[in-house]
Amino acid sequence: MLIYADNAATTAVSKKAVEAMLPYFTQQYGNASSIHTAGQMANKAMQEARADISNILGCEPKELIFTSGGSESDNQAIVSAALLGAKKGKKHIISSKIEHHAVLHVLDKLKKEGYDITLLDVSPEGIVSAADVEAAIREDTALVTIMFANNEIGTLQPIAEIGEICKKHGVIFHTDAVQAVGHVPINVKEMNIDMLSFSAHKFHGPKGIGGLYVRKGIRLSPLIEGGAQERGLRAGTENVAAIVGMAAALKEQVENMDKNAEKLKKMRDRLMDSVLAAVPRSRVNGDRQKRLPGNVSFCFEGIEGESLLLMLDSMGICGSSGSACTSGSLDPSHVLLAIGLPHEIAHGSLRLTFSEYNTEEEIDYIINAVPKVVSRLRDMSPMWERIVKEDK
Amino acid sequence: MLYSEKVMDHFMNPRNVGKIDDADGVGEVGNAKCGDIMKIYLKVEDDIITDVKFNTFGCASAIATSSIATEMIKGKPISEALKLTNKAVVEALDGLPPVKIHCSVLAEEAVKAAVADYYKKQGKELDEEFFSCSGCCSACEHGEEHTH
Ligand SMILES: Cc1ncc(COP(=O)(O)O)c(C=O)c1O
Repeated sequence: MLIYADNAATTAVSKKAVEAMLPYFTQQYGNASSIHTAGQMANKAMQEARADISNILGCEPKELIFTSGGSESDNQAIVSAALLGAKKGKKHIISSKIEHHAVLHVLDKLKKEGYDITLLDVSPEGIVSAADVEAAIREDTALVTIMFANNEIGTLQPIAEIGEICKKHGVIFHTDAVQAVGHVPINVKEMNIDMLSFSAHKFHGPKGIGGLYVRKGIRLSPLIEGGAQERGLRAGTENVAAIVGMAAALKEQVENMDKNAEKLKKMRDRLMDSVLAAVPRSRVNGDRQKRLPGNVSFCFEGIEGESLLLMLDSMGICGSSGSACTSGSLDPSHVLLAIGLPHEIAHGSLRLTFSEYNTEEEIDYIINAVPKVVSRLRDMSPMWERIVKEDK
Repeated sequence: MLYSEKVMDHFMNPRNVGKIDDADGVGEVGNAKCGDIMKIYLKVEDDIITDVKFNTFGCASAIATSSIATEMIKGKPISEALKLTNKAVVEALDGLPPVKIHCSVLAEEAVKAAVADYYKKQGKELDEEFFSCSGCCSACEHGEEHTH
Protein backbone atom coordinates (compact mmCIF):
# COMPACT_ATOMS: atom_id res chain seq x y z
CA MET A 1 0.00 0.00 0.00
CA LEU A 2 1.22 3.47 -0.84
CA ILE A 3 -0.76 6.39 0.48
CA TYR A 4 0.23 9.71 -0.99
CA ALA A 5 -0.62 12.37 1.58
CA ASP A 6 1.74 15.13 0.46
CA ASN A 7 -0.39 17.00 -2.06
CA ALA A 8 0.79 20.38 -0.78
CA ALA A 9 4.27 19.41 -2.01
CA THR A 10 2.98 18.32 -5.37
CA THR A 11 0.10 16.40 -6.94
CA ALA A 12 -0.39 13.64 -9.48
CA VAL A 13 -1.06 14.94 -12.97
CA SER A 14 -4.69 14.24 -13.86
CA LYS A 15 -5.52 11.89 -16.71
CA LYS A 16 -7.29 14.69 -18.54
CA ALA A 17 -4.25 16.92 -18.27
CA VAL A 18 -1.95 14.17 -19.58
CA GLU A 19 -4.27 13.50 -22.50
CA ALA A 20 -4.52 17.18 -23.31
CA MET A 21 -0.74 17.49 -23.33
CA LEU A 22 0.21 14.46 -25.40
CA PRO A 23 -0.40 15.85 -28.91
CA TYR A 24 1.92 18.76 -28.18
CA PHE A 25 4.97 16.55 -27.79
CA THR A 26 4.92 14.60 -31.02
CA GLN A 27 2.35 16.17 -33.34
CA GLN A 28 1.78 19.85 -32.65
CA TYR A 29 5.28 20.54 -31.46
CA GLY A 30 5.74 23.82 -33.33
CA ASN A 31 7.29 26.85 -31.69
CA ALA A 32 4.43 29.13 -30.71
CA SER A 33 6.38 32.13 -32.01
CA SER A 34 6.78 30.71 -35.53
CA ILE A 35 4.55 32.09 -38.23
CA HIS A 36 4.12 28.81 -40.11
CA THR A 37 1.15 26.54 -39.63
CA ALA A 38 2.80 24.29 -37.06
CA GLY A 39 3.78 27.27 -34.96
CA GLN A 40 0.40 28.90 -35.24
CA MET A 41 -1.34 25.71 -34.15
CA ALA A 42 0.76 25.67 -31.02
CA ASN A 43 0.10 29.36 -30.54
CA LYS A 44 -3.63 28.87 -30.83
CA ALA A 45 -3.57 26.13 -28.19
CA MET A 46 -1.62 28.41 -25.92
CA GLN A 47 -4.01 31.31 -26.39
CA GLU A 48 -6.95 29.03 -25.64
CA ALA A 49 -5.26 27.93 -22.45
CA ARG A 50 -4.66 31.55 -21.53
CA ALA A 51 -8.29 32.40 -22.16
CA ASP A 52 -9.49 29.45 -20.08
CA ILE A 53 -7.26 30.25 -17.14
CA SER A 54 -7.98 33.98 -17.15
CA ASN A 55 -11.67 33.22 -17.35
CA ILE A 56 -11.35 31.08 -14.23
CA LEU A 57 -9.37 33.72 -12.34
CA GLY A 58 -11.66 36.54 -13.45
CA CYS A 59 -9.13 38.54 -15.45
CA GLU A 60 -8.35 39.41 -19.09
CA PRO A 61 -6.11 37.05 -21.09
CA LYS A 62 -3.74 40.01 -21.54
CA GLU A 63 -3.33 40.19 -17.80
CA LEU A 64 -1.83 36.71 -17.55
CA ILE A 65 1.72 35.58 -18.28
CA PHE A 66 3.07 32.07 -18.13
CA THR A 67 6.13 31.34 -16.01
CA SER A 68 8.00 28.27 -14.77
CA GLY A 69 5.88 28.13 -11.63
CA GLY A 70 5.18 29.65 -8.25
CA SER A 71 8.71 30.63 -7.34
CA GLU A 72 9.30 32.52 -10.55
CA SER A 73 5.92 34.25 -10.37
CA ASP A 74 6.54 35.35 -6.79
CA ASN A 75 9.99 36.63 -7.68
CA GLN A 76 8.81 38.57 -10.70
CA ALA A 77 5.77 40.07 -9.00
CA ILE A 78 7.68 41.29 -5.98
CA VAL A 79 10.72 42.56 -7.84
CA SER A 80 8.51 44.38 -10.37
CA ALA A 81 6.45 46.08 -7.67
CA ALA A 82 9.61 47.01 -5.79
CA LEU A 83 11.09 48.63 -8.89
CA LEU A 84 7.87 50.50 -9.62
CA GLY A 85 7.81 51.73 -6.03
CA ALA A 86 11.43 52.82 -6.05
CA LYS A 87 10.76 55.06 -9.07
CA LYS A 88 8.33 57.00 -6.90
CA GLY A 89 10.57 56.91 -3.85
CA LYS A 90 8.49 54.20 -2.21
CA LYS A 91 10.64 51.48 -0.73
CA HIS A 92 8.46 49.90 1.94
CA ILE A 93 6.98 46.42 1.54
CA ILE A 94 4.50 44.67 3.84
CA SER A 95 4.30 40.90 4.08
CA SER A 96 3.81 38.25 6.75
CA LYS A 97 5.97 35.90 8.79
CA ILE A 98 4.34 32.81 7.31
CA GLU A 99 5.07 33.37 3.62
CA HIS A 100 6.77 30.77 1.45
CA HIS A 101 10.52 31.14 0.98
CA ALA A 102 9.85 32.12 -2.63
CA VAL A 103 8.52 35.36 -1.13
CA LEU A 104 10.62 35.69 2.04
CA HIS A 105 13.96 35.19 0.33
CA VAL A 106 13.13 37.80 -2.31
CA LEU A 107 12.24 40.21 0.49
CA ASP A 108 15.54 39.41 2.25
CA LYS A 109 17.36 40.34 -0.90
CA LEU A 110 15.40 43.58 -1.31
CA LYS A 111 16.13 44.43 2.30
CA LYS A 112 19.84 44.23 1.55
CA GLU A 113 19.22 46.56 -1.38
CA GLY A 114 17.77 49.19 0.93
CA TYR A 115 14.06 48.36 1.03
CA ASP A 116 12.24 48.51 4.33
CA ILE A 117 10.36 45.27 4.96
CA THR A 118 7.57 44.83 7.50
CA LEU A 119 6.74 41.19 8.24
CA LEU A 120 3.44 41.02 10.07
CA ASP A 121 2.84 38.59 12.91
CA VAL A 122 -0.02 36.16 12.61
CA SER A 123 -2.56 35.02 15.19
CA PRO A 124 -1.99 31.74 17.07
CA GLU A 125 -4.40 30.26 14.51
CA GLY A 126 -2.05 31.30 11.71
CA ILE A 127 -4.09 34.15 10.23
CA VAL A 128 -2.88 37.59 9.19
CA SER A 129 -5.09 40.41 10.45
CA ALA A 130 -6.37 42.77 7.76
CA ALA A 131 -6.39 45.55 10.37
CA ASP A 132 -2.67 44.95 10.94
CA VAL A 133 -2.08 45.30 7.22
CA GLU A 134 -3.91 48.63 7.19
CA ALA A 135 -2.05 49.88 10.24
CA ALA A 136 1.27 49.01 8.62
CA ILE A 137 0.61 50.90 5.40
CA ARG A 138 2.68 54.08 5.08
CA GLU A 139 3.14 56.87 2.58
CA ASP A 140 6.07 55.00 1.09
CA THR A 141 4.50 51.52 0.94
CA ALA A 142 5.08 50.08 -2.52
CA LEU A 143 3.61 46.62 -2.08
CA VAL A 144 1.60 44.36 0.18
CA THR A 145 2.26 40.67 -0.45
CA ILE A 146 0.25 38.17 1.60
CA MET A 147 -0.26 34.53 0.65
CA PHE A 148 -3.76 33.26 -0.11
CA ALA A 149 -3.33 29.96 1.71
CA ASN A 150 -0.41 28.77 3.77
CA ASN A 151 1.46 25.74 2.48
CA GLU A 152 2.26 24.24 5.88
CA ILE A 153 -0.74 24.79 8.08
CA GLY A 154 -3.27 25.43 5.31
CA THR A 155 -4.72 28.61 6.77
CA LEU A 156 -6.75 30.85 4.47
CA GLN A 157 -5.96 34.55 4.73
CA PRO A 158 -8.52 37.39 4.54
CA ILE A 159 -7.53 38.21 0.95
CA ALA A 160 -10.65 40.10 -0.10
CA GLU A 161 -10.42 42.33 2.98
CA ILE A 162 -6.74 43.01 2.42
CA GLY A 163 -7.47 43.68 -1.26
CA GLU A 164 -10.02 46.29 -0.36
CA ILE A 165 -7.66 47.98 2.08
CA CYS A 166 -4.85 48.08 -0.48
CA LYS A 167 -7.18 49.52 -3.11
CA LYS A 168 -8.31 52.21 -0.68
CA HIS A 169 -4.71 53.20 0.00
CA GLY A 170 -3.52 52.84 -3.59
CA VAL A 171 -0.96 50.16 -2.73
CA ILE A 172 -0.21 47.24 -5.06
CA PHE A 173 -1.45 43.94 -3.62
CA HIS A 174 0.19 40.66 -4.61
CA THR A 175 -0.90 37.27 -3.33
CA ASP A 176 0.99 33.99 -3.56
CA ALA A 177 -2.00 31.78 -4.36
CA VAL A 178 0.05 28.70 -5.22
CA GLN A 179 -1.76 26.57 -2.63
CA ALA A 180 -5.17 28.11 -3.27
CA VAL A 181 -5.77 28.17 -7.02
CA GLY A 182 -7.96 25.24 -8.00
CA HIS A 183 -8.82 24.54 -4.36
CA VAL A 184 -10.84 27.52 -3.17
CA PRO A 185 -12.90 30.10 -5.12
CA ILE A 186 -10.84 33.02 -6.38
CA ASN A 187 -11.80 36.05 -8.42
CA VAL A 188 -9.06 38.63 -8.78
CA LYS A 189 -11.39 41.50 -9.66
CA GLU A 190 -13.89 40.88 -6.90
CA MET A 191 -11.07 40.41 -4.40
CA ASN A 192 -9.15 43.49 -5.58
CA ILE A 193 -6.01 41.47 -6.22
CA ASP A 194 -3.42 43.26 -8.36
CA MET A 195 -1.01 40.37 -8.82
CA LEU A 196 -1.46 36.66 -8.20
CA SER A 197 1.01 33.75 -8.48
CA PHE A 198 0.02 30.17 -9.20
CA SER A 199 1.65 26.89 -10.08
CA ALA A 200 0.17 23.98 -12.05
CA HIS A 201 1.70 21.11 -10.10
CA LYS A 202 -0.36 21.98 -7.03
CA PHE A 203 -3.63 21.31 -8.86
CA HIS A 204 -2.92 18.12 -10.83
CA GLY A 205 -1.10 19.90 -13.62
CA PRO A 206 2.51 19.32 -14.68
CA LYS A 207 5.57 20.62 -12.82
CA GLY A 208 7.63 23.54 -14.04
CA ILE A 209 4.74 25.64 -15.31
CA GLY A 210 2.69 28.34 -13.66
CA GLY A 211 1.52 31.85 -14.15
CA LEU A 212 1.29 35.37 -12.91
CA TYR A 213 -1.78 37.54 -13.19
CA VAL A 214 -0.97 41.24 -13.28
CA ARG A 215 -3.68 43.87 -13.37
CA LYS A 216 -3.70 46.11 -16.42
CA GLY A 217 -1.70 49.23 -15.73
CA ILE A 218 0.97 47.62 -13.56
CA ARG A 219 4.24 47.31 -15.47
CA LEU A 220 6.05 44.03 -14.98
CA SER A 221 9.83 43.84 -15.28
CA PRO A 222 11.17 40.73 -16.96
CA LEU A 223 13.38 38.46 -14.86
CA ILE A 224 14.49 36.56 -17.93
CA GLU A 225 15.61 38.62 -20.90
CA GLY A 226 15.67 37.31 -24.44
CA GLY A 227 12.99 36.79 -27.06
CA ALA A 228 9.71 38.63 -27.18
CA GLN A 229 7.59 35.82 -25.74
CA GLU A 230 4.84 36.79 -23.30
CA ARG A 231 4.94 40.34 -24.72
CA GLY A 232 8.57 40.69 -23.74
CA LEU A 233 7.82 40.03 -20.09
CA ARG A 234 9.17 36.48 -19.96
CA ALA A 235 11.61 35.30 -22.60
CA GLY A 236 11.98 31.66 -23.57
CA THR A 237 10.17 29.34 -25.96
CA GLU A 238 6.80 28.59 -24.41
CA ASN A 239 6.23 25.14 -22.99
CA VAL A 240 3.01 24.66 -24.92
CA ALA A 241 2.34 21.11 -23.74
CA ALA A 242 2.67 22.14 -20.09
CA ILE A 243 0.54 25.25 -20.61
CA VAL A 244 -2.20 23.18 -22.22
CA GLY A 245 -1.92 20.62 -19.42
CA MET A 246 -2.15 23.32 -16.80
CA ALA A 247 -5.33 24.75 -18.34
CA ALA A 248 -6.92 21.31 -18.63
CA ALA A 249 -6.06 20.49 -15.01
CA LEU A 250 -7.37 23.79 -13.72
CA LYS A 251 -10.62 23.55 -15.66
CA GLU A 252 -11.25 20.08 -14.32
CA GLN A 253 -10.32 21.13 -10.81
CA VAL A 254 -12.61 24.15 -10.83
CA GLU A 255 -15.53 22.20 -12.28
CA ASN A 256 -15.25 19.77 -9.37
CA MET A 257 -14.18 22.22 -6.71
CA ASP A 258 -17.29 22.13 -4.53
CA LYS A 259 -17.62 18.37 -4.71
CA ASN A 260 -13.93 17.83 -3.97
CA ALA A 261 -13.90 20.34 -1.13
CA GLU A 262 -16.84 18.67 0.53
CA LYS A 263 -15.20 15.25 0.32
CA LEU A 264 -11.83 16.55 1.49
CA LYS A 265 -13.22 18.49 4.44
CA LYS A 266 -14.96 15.36 5.66
CA MET A 267 -11.76 13.35 5.47
CA ARG A 268 -9.69 16.18 6.93
CA ASP A 269 -11.97 16.74 9.92
CA ARG A 270 -12.32 13.04 10.68
CA LEU A 271 -8.55 12.60 10.59
CA MET A 272 -7.96 15.61 12.84
CA ASP A 273 -10.62 14.58 15.37
CA SER A 274 -9.58 10.93 15.48
CA VAL A 275 -5.87 11.57 15.92
CA LEU A 276 -6.42 14.28 18.53
CA ALA A 277 -8.63 11.88 20.47
CA ALA A 278 -6.18 8.98 20.19
CA VAL A 279 -2.92 10.79 20.91
CA PRO A 280 -2.42 12.71 24.15
CA ARG A 281 -0.39 15.91 23.96
CA SER A 282 -1.15 16.44 20.30
CA ARG A 283 -2.45 19.55 18.58
CA VAL A 284 -3.74 20.73 15.25
CA ASN A 285 -1.85 23.69 13.80
CA GLY A 286 -3.81 26.47 12.17
CA ASP A 287 -7.43 27.51 12.33
CA ARG A 288 -9.76 24.51 12.22
CA GLN A 289 -12.25 26.11 9.79
CA LYS A 290 -10.34 28.73 7.84
CA ARG A 291 -8.06 26.19 6.20
CA LEU A 292 -7.59 24.42 2.89
CA PRO A 293 -9.99 21.50 2.51
CA GLY A 294 -7.13 19.01 2.16
CA ASN A 295 -4.68 20.25 4.80
CA VAL A 296 -4.02 18.54 8.13
CA SER A 297 -1.15 19.71 10.33
CA PHE A 298 -0.33 18.16 13.70
CA CYS A 299 2.30 18.56 16.39
CA PHE A 300 3.06 15.70 18.74
CA GLU A 301 5.00 16.55 21.86
CA GLY A 302 8.08 14.54 22.77
CA ILE A 303 9.01 13.29 19.33
CA GLU A 304 10.77 14.62 16.27
CA GLY A 305 9.15 14.99 12.86
CA GLU A 306 11.71 13.37 10.61
CA SER A 307 11.68 10.07 12.47
CA LEU A 308 7.90 10.20 12.49
CA LEU A 309 7.87 10.73 8.72
CA LEU A 310 10.29 7.92 7.99
CA MET A 311 8.40 5.46 10.17
CA LEU A 312 5.15 6.41 8.47
CA ASP A 313 6.91 6.05 5.13
CA SER A 314 7.90 2.51 6.07
CA MET A 315 4.19 1.85 6.57
CA GLY A 316 3.43 3.27 3.15
CA ILE A 317 2.33 6.76 4.17
CA CYS A 318 3.98 9.75 2.44
CA GLY A 319 3.67 12.94 4.48
CA SER A 320 5.89 15.85 5.39
CA SER A 321 7.14 17.75 8.43
CA GLY A 322 8.40 21.17 9.40
CA SER A 323 11.02 19.85 11.80
CA ALA A 324 14.55 21.24 11.64
CA CYS A 325 15.84 17.92 10.35
CA THR A 326 13.52 17.96 7.38
CA SER A 327 14.02 21.63 6.64
CA GLY A 328 17.77 21.15 6.49
CA SER A 329 18.42 23.89 9.01
CA LEU A 330 18.83 24.11 12.75
CA ASP A 331 15.44 25.65 13.29
CA PRO A 332 12.02 24.15 12.76
CA SER A 333 9.63 25.73 10.29
CA HIS A 334 9.28 29.51 10.46
CA VAL A 335 5.52 29.07 10.12
CA LEU A 336 5.22 26.92 13.24
CA LEU A 337 7.40 29.37 15.17
CA ALA A 338 5.30 32.29 13.89
CA ILE A 339 2.12 30.80 15.34
CA GLY A 340 3.89 30.81 18.68
CA LEU A 341 4.97 27.20 19.09
CA PRO A 342 8.15 26.64 21.09
CA HIS A 343 10.98 24.92 19.19
CA GLU A 344 10.58 21.62 21.00
CA ILE A 345 6.94 21.32 19.97
CA ALA A 346 7.50 22.58 16.45
CA HIS A 347 10.07 19.79 15.95
CA GLY A 348 7.28 17.24 16.28
CA SER A 349 5.17 18.39 13.36
CA LEU A 350 3.44 16.29 10.74
CA ARG A 351 1.70 17.64 7.65
CA LEU A 352 -0.68 15.39 5.74
CA THR A 353 -2.26 16.92 2.65
CA PHE A 354 -4.90 15.25 0.55
CA SER A 355 -6.45 15.47 -2.87
CA GLU A 356 -9.69 14.02 -4.20
CA TYR A 357 -7.67 10.97 -5.27
CA ASN A 358 -7.36 9.93 -1.64
CA THR A 359 -9.97 7.63 -0.13
CA GLU A 360 -11.73 7.17 3.19
CA GLU A 361 -9.98 3.79 3.48
CA GLU A 362 -6.66 5.57 3.33
CA ILE A 363 -7.79 7.90 6.10
CA ASP A 364 -8.75 4.84 8.20
CA TYR A 365 -5.29 3.41 7.66
CA ILE A 366 -3.61 6.69 8.66
CA ILE A 367 -5.84 7.06 11.74
CA ASN A 368 -4.66 3.63 12.80
CA ALA A 369 -1.00 4.11 11.96
CA VAL A 370 -0.21 7.56 13.35
CA PRO A 371 -0.94 6.86 17.04
CA LYS A 372 1.12 3.65 16.84
CA VAL A 373 4.14 5.36 15.38
CA VAL A 374 3.86 8.25 17.83
CA SER A 375 3.82 5.86 20.81
CA ARG A 376 6.69 3.85 19.43
CA LEU A 377 8.85 6.99 19.20
CA ARG A 378 7.64 8.33 22.53
CA ASP A 379 8.58 5.04 24.19
CA MET A 380 12.20 5.74 23.35
CA SER A 381 12.13 9.51 23.91
CA PRO A 382 13.78 10.98 27.01
CA MET A 383 11.84 14.15 26.33
CA TRP A 384 8.54 12.31 26.49
CA GLU A 385 9.70 10.68 29.73
CA ARG A 386 10.28 14.15 31.15
CA ILE A 387 6.89 15.42 29.98
CA VAL A 388 5.14 12.46 31.61
CA LYS A 389 7.10 12.95 34.84
CA GLU A 390 6.25 16.66 34.97
CA ASP A 391 2.58 15.83 34.50
CA LYS A 392 2.52 13.67 37.61
CA MET B 1 17.36 7.33 -0.20
CA LEU B 2 18.57 9.99 2.14
CA TYR B 3 20.21 7.44 4.46
CA SER B 4 22.34 4.31 4.04
CA GLU B 5 20.72 0.92 4.60
CA LYS B 6 22.69 0.62 7.83
CA VAL B 7 21.22 3.85 9.18
CA MET B 8 17.71 2.79 8.20
CA ASP B 9 18.21 -0.60 9.83
CA HIS B 10 19.38 0.95 13.11
CA PHE B 11 16.55 3.47 12.95
CA MET B 12 13.78 1.00 12.17
CA ASN B 13 15.18 -1.73 14.47
CA PRO B 14 17.17 0.13 17.09
CA ARG B 15 19.37 -2.06 19.33
CA ASN B 16 19.50 -1.61 23.09
CA VAL B 17 16.53 0.70 23.42
CA GLY B 18 15.37 1.24 26.96
CA LYS B 19 16.46 2.27 30.41
CA ILE B 20 18.43 0.67 33.22
CA ASP B 21 16.89 1.47 36.56
CA ASP B 22 19.98 0.69 38.64
CA ALA B 23 22.45 2.07 36.11
CA ASP B 24 26.04 2.69 37.22
CA GLY B 25 26.28 5.69 34.91
CA VAL B 26 23.77 7.80 33.01
CA GLY B 27 24.62 10.47 30.45
CA GLU B 28 22.32 12.89 28.70
CA VAL B 29 23.29 15.34 25.97
CA GLY B 30 21.58 17.61 23.50
CA ASN B 31 18.52 19.69 24.17
CA ALA B 32 14.90 19.83 23.20
CA LYS B 33 15.21 23.19 21.48
CA CYS B 34 17.60 21.75 18.92
CA GLY B 35 15.46 18.71 18.40
CA ASP B 36 17.72 15.99 19.74
CA ILE B 37 18.36 14.53 23.18
CA MET B 38 20.29 11.32 23.79
CA LYS B 39 20.37 9.49 27.07
CA ILE B 40 22.65 6.51 27.66
CA TYR B 41 22.55 4.13 30.63
CA LEU B 42 25.52 1.95 31.56
CA LYS B 43 25.93 -1.10 33.74
CA VAL B 44 29.60 -1.62 34.62
CA GLU B 45 31.37 -4.57 36.26
CA ASP B 46 35.14 -4.67 36.74
CA ASP B 47 35.50 -1.74 34.32
CA ILE B 48 33.65 -3.67 31.63
CA ILE B 49 30.39 -2.31 30.20
CA THR B 50 28.15 -5.30 30.74
CA ASP B 51 24.94 -3.64 29.65
CA VAL B 52 23.97 -0.44 27.89
CA LYS B 53 20.62 1.07 26.94
CA PHE B 54 19.57 4.28 25.29
CA ASN B 55 16.62 6.63 24.89
CA THR B 56 16.69 9.22 22.14
CA PHE B 57 14.47 12.09 21.04
CA GLY B 58 15.45 13.12 17.56
CA CYS B 59 15.59 12.39 13.88
CA ALA B 60 16.31 9.04 12.27
CA SER B 61 20.06 9.57 12.32
CA ALA B 62 19.98 10.53 16.01
CA ILE B 63 18.25 7.25 16.79
CA ALA B 64 20.56 5.28 14.49
CA THR B 65 23.77 6.79 15.90
CA SER B 66 22.62 6.09 19.47
CA SER B 67 21.78 2.55 18.54
CA ILE B 68 25.08 1.77 16.88
CA ALA B 69 27.08 3.56 19.58
CA THR B 70 25.54 1.31 22.22
CA GLU B 71 26.43 -1.72 20.11
CA MET B 72 29.99 -0.52 19.72
CA ILE B 73 30.62 -0.17 23.45
CA LYS B 74 28.66 -3.10 24.83
CA GLY B 75 30.97 -5.67 26.43
CA LYS B 76 33.95 -3.35 26.05
CA PRO B 77 36.19 -1.96 28.77
CA ILE B 78 35.40 1.60 29.84
CA SER B 79 38.76 2.75 28.52
CA GLU B 80 37.74 1.63 25.05
CA ALA B 81 34.32 3.25 25.23
CA LEU B 82 36.05 6.53 25.95
CA LYS B 83 37.91 6.22 22.69
CA LEU B 84 34.73 5.98 20.64
CA THR B 85 34.82 8.80 18.12
CA ASN B 86 32.04 10.29 16.08
CA LYS B 87 34.04 9.34 13.00
CA ALA B 88 33.94 5.67 13.98
CA VAL B 89 30.18 5.95 14.48
CA VAL B 90 29.74 7.49 11.03
CA GLU B 91 31.89 4.80 9.42
CA ALA B 92 30.01 2.02 11.18
CA LEU B 93 26.79 3.39 9.69
CA ASP B 94 28.29 3.53 6.16
CA GLY B 95 28.17 7.30 6.29
CA LEU B 96 25.73 10.06 7.22
CA PRO B 97 24.56 13.04 5.18
CA PRO B 98 26.71 16.10 6.02
CA VAL B 99 23.89 17.88 7.86
CA LYS B 100 23.53 14.85 10.15
CA ILE B 101 27.16 14.56 11.25
CA HIS B 102 26.26 16.38 14.45
CA CYS B 103 24.18 13.36 15.49
CA SER B 104 27.32 11.24 15.57
CA VAL B 105 28.99 13.91 17.70
CA LEU B 106 26.06 13.71 20.09
CA ALA B 107 26.39 9.93 20.27
CA GLU B 108 30.07 10.21 21.16
CA GLU B 109 29.28 12.80 23.79
CA ALA B 110 26.41 10.79 25.24
CA VAL B 111 28.73 7.83 25.80
CA LYS B 112 31.31 10.10 27.42
CA ALA B 113 28.71 11.75 29.60
CA ALA B 114 27.55 8.33 30.82
CA VAL B 115 31.13 7.31 31.60
CA ALA B 116 31.74 10.62 33.37
CA ASP B 117 28.69 9.97 35.51
CA TYR B 118 29.99 6.49 36.29
CA TYR B 119 33.37 7.92 37.32
CA LYS B 120 31.69 10.49 39.48
CA LYS B 121 29.59 7.88 41.23
CA GLN B 122 32.73 5.83 41.82
CA GLY B 123 34.58 8.86 43.13
CA LYS B 124 37.17 8.51 40.36
CA GLU B 125 39.09 11.33 38.71
CA LEU B 126 37.92 12.47 35.28
CA ASP B 127 40.41 12.70 32.50
CA GLU B 128 39.47 16.16 31.24
CA GLU B 129 40.65 15.69 27.68
CA PHE B 130 37.92 13.15 27.02
CA PHE B 131 35.09 15.29 28.24
CA SER B 132 34.47 18.29 26.09
CA CYS B 133 31.20 19.93 25.20
CA SER B 134 27.78 18.45 25.10
CA GLY B 135 25.10 19.75 22.81
CA CYS B 136 25.48 20.78 19.24
CA CYS B 137 23.29 23.54 18.03
CA SER B 138 23.03 27.27 17.96
CA ALA B 139 22.23 27.22 21.67
CA CYS B 140 25.71 25.90 22.36
CA GLU B 141 28.78 27.99 21.83
CA HIS B 142 30.54 25.09 20.13
CA GLY B 143 27.65 24.73 17.73
CA GLU B 144 29.35 25.77 14.54
CA GLU B 145 32.24 23.32 14.89
CA HIS B 146 29.89 20.44 15.29
CA THR B 147 27.36 21.08 12.59
CA HIS B 148 29.88 21.37 9.74
C1 LIG C 1 2.85 28.89 -1.07
C2 LIG C 1 3.85 28.48 -2.10
N1 LIG C 1 4.47 29.42 -2.83
C3 LIG C 1 5.37 29.09 -3.77
C4 LIG C 1 5.70 27.78 -4.05
C5 LIG C 1 6.70 27.48 -5.11
O1 LIG C 1 6.08 26.99 -6.25
P1 LIG C 1 6.90 26.21 -7.39
O2 LIG C 1 7.30 24.92 -6.80
O3 LIG C 1 5.93 26.06 -8.51
O4 LIG C 1 8.05 27.09 -7.76
C6 LIG C 1 5.06 26.77 -3.31
C7 LIG C 1 5.35 25.35 -3.55
O5 LIG C 1 6.29 24.77 -3.11
C8 LIG C 1 4.12 27.13 -2.32
O6 LIG C 1 3.51 26.21 -1.58
